[in-house]
Amino acid sequence: MPKVKYIEHNGKSHTIDVPNGLSVMEGAIQNNVPGIDADCGGSMACATCHVYVKEEWFDKLPKKEDGEEDMIDMAYEPKKFSRLSCQLIVSNELEGLVVNLPVKQT
Amino acid sequence: MIDTDVLVIGAGPTGLFCVHQLGIIGLKCEVVDNLDKIGGQCIELYPDKPIYDIPAISVCTGEELTKNLIKQIKPFKTNFHLGDRVEEVKKVKDNWIIKTIKGKEFNTKSIIIAGGVGSFEPRKFSVKECEKFEGKEILYSVKDKTIFENKTVSIFGGGDAALDWAIELSATSKVQLIHRRDEFRGAQASVDKVKELSKEGKIELLTKYQLSSIKGDKKIESIGIKHDDDDIKNIETDYLLGFFGLIVQLGPITNWGLNLDKKHIPVNTENFETNQKGIFAIGDICTYPGKLKLILSGFHEGALAARGSFKYARLDEKLRFEFSTTSKRVHSRLGIKKDD
Repeated sequence: MPKVKYIEHNGKSHTIDVPNGLSVMEGAIQNNVPGIDADCGGSMACATCHVYVKEEWFDKLPKKEDGEEDMIDMAYEPKKFSRLSCQLIVSNELEGLVVNLPVKQT
Repeated sequence: MIDTDVLVIGAGPTGLFCVHQLGIIGLKCEVVDNLDKIGGQCIELYPDKPIYDIPAISVCTGEELTKNLIKQIKPFKTNFHLGDRVEEVKKVKDNWIIKTIKGKEFNTKSIIIAGGVGSFEPRKFSVKECEKFEGKEILYSVKDKTIFENKTVSIFGGGDAALDWAIELSATSKVQLIHRRDEFRGAQASVDKVKELSKEGKIELLTKYQLSSIKGDKKIESIGIKHDDDDIKNIETDYLLGFFGLIVQLGPITNWGLNLDKKHIPVNTENFETNQKGIFAIGDICTYPGKLKLILSGFHEGALAARGSFKYARLDEKLRFEFSTTSKRVHSRLGIKKDD
């Protein structure tokens, strides 16, 4: 099972085994990782599962679909390497993915 | 003070159908919603998006669903208090006394919270110093556009609100439109218009920039904006307008003595009552084992919560179960005449 590392804004990190097919957001919610709210439940209708991805990972991730960048416009402190974690589906290729969480989601 | 049997908080689909169920059993209700229109998320987030899982309706949009629900509750002539928010909830003897931010007061036997994921509020700038200018030189909506005449206005955002105001204000103000990326999510015609005005020098377009600092004591003197590549530019401005969409906040609900599980209110599944007797929660805001965040679940929850509130509104009466197909009392409540 791929490991995903979630780093909270205060530096506290959580390494979670996330089964293939789940989203990075679901991996956090199901394991009570704080810092990801996911108000809309993964339908890309909010921007409260916003994460920052390291530059070296950014290009390896599946490309953003229509609408994700629009939602990121509405996130708290979006940056160049922002993604919505509900759109990142875990697979073997993502083994070792590191995501940093923003100060807050709302 | 408005006296009522039930106060419904939230005018989304769940709240609307609950109004219907209250009307059917002969209870009077008033509805309060933070948005300025009826429909909740269906209207605010996806008025044009098709919904495929409303029983017996293959497909309808959020707007169509809302219109149909409004039509269905028409016979009950319910009062809606829109653009207002319940702030304070207090138990006085057997009743609940409710105050809204606009100063309205209700005296009700019970409360049904159909608040969705909370109330919608504009997303604000994240720079801390913004707080002291908010409501004065930093605004998230425009009430009186004349204040911007002959002033410099920095508009932040990439959606229709940002584009439309940039176009409109460019006629009378110096406009700087600042957005975090090169693409805009607003209507193409507006994007084209903004680019045209930018070429003519009527709008200064600054993309890949975000607000990083504010200078000024009593009044804003200048702001710092930071480029994606960390370059910082200082620009002078009189006003800042931020259009970053809406966020949801549970808001004052957290102060009403209700148990909370993350951002949800736990309820029992018999009548959707919370830990506070006489306060019910239905729709997306409630949680219980097996909870599904579907509109149809909200309808079911509303039907049961309406009946659960009956015992508080009619202390000496017993609620009789009646079908709408045959009950004369239900027909008269719906305003159906014999010949119809």
